[in-house]
Amino acid sequence: MARVVVDVMLKPEILDPQGQAVQRALPRLGFEGISDVRQGKRFELEVDGPVDEAALARIHDLAESFLANTVIEDFTVKVEEAAEVAEAAK
Amino acid sequence: MTARIGVVTFPGSLDDRDTQRAIRIAGAEPVALWHKDKDLKQVDAVVLCGGFSYGDYLRAGAIARFSPVMEPLIDQAKAGLPVLGICNGFQILTEAHLLPGAMLGNDHLHFICRDQKLRVENAETAWTTDYSAGQEIHIPLKNMDGRYVADDYTLDQLEAEGRVAFRYVARDGVADEHYNPNGSLRDIAGITNEAGNVVGLMPHPEHAVESLIGTGRTDGLPFFTSILKKLVTA
Repeated sequence: MARVVVDVMLKPEILDPQGQAVQRALPRLGFEGISDVRQGKRFELEVDGPVDEAALARIHDLAESFLANTVIEDFTVKVEEAAEVAEAAK
Repeated sequence: MTARIGVVTFPGSLDDRDTQRAIRIAGAEPVALWHKDKDLKQVDAVVLCGGFSYGDYLRAGAIARFSPVMEPLIDQAKAGLPVLGICNGFQILTEAHLLPGAMLGNDHLHFICRDQKLRVENAETAWTTDYSAGQEIHIPLKNMDGRYVADDYTLDQLEAEGRVAFRYVARDGVADEHYNPNGSLRDIAGITNEAGNVVGLMPHPEHAVESLIGTGRTDGLPFFTSILKKLVTA
């Protein structure tokens, strides 16, 4: 089993009022020096079987058609190595 | 026989009953459609109503767009079936790419519910012929994700082709910098596809069809009389 991570972010030109609200709260919490925050989504897909090229292509299609709306969002697809997954589970 | 207009109920739809009622008041026959239906029961038009289909999880309208009922709906809409998307229905139509652009959270991050003034920009769509171009109307607006966005190229194209169907405008005599209720680009409240059969807007015409209730106005009724006339004379 392997984990594939899909990160979805609003495109740079799209206004992100949630990120702005987070950024504005930072000085109140004592965090200075952070000029911008943008908020996105992370999907962790646990894949049965091997993550080969065909599986990745399917996940790419899934991300493009469903997990992200490419009118407003960009996405990346990453495979987490088994060791990383085991480490994360500790 | 009068026109039969379908109203789709998704899990989380809120305004299906009000929409059916508006259709009946206009003189047409409402037909209940379920999100799992694989056919449209031979209706003459469809309304996708407001609400929070599938909890608006992922993105507003994103999961509803893949419901079984959407498959025949998308095919038939492309072939000319009149479809009106109100609020969540508008969001579903953009997610289904039947209308360009996308809907995002209101720029002020709050839910908004108010009587909204609009200008009808295009009175030639299947759903707006009983208005006149430039006419100003008031209908209720209530949403969280009402911010219409598209790239500049798409926005220019919509404007050039007269496909901005409705725009938010300020109330009479009120200098209100917040007349645009959600940060929609170019004050766009609703748009139409190229053929004029698919229309989407955020405000709710189905809540403004009787003088006795709601805002006391019937400014939303022409949506439903427009489509009825079109179908009956077709």
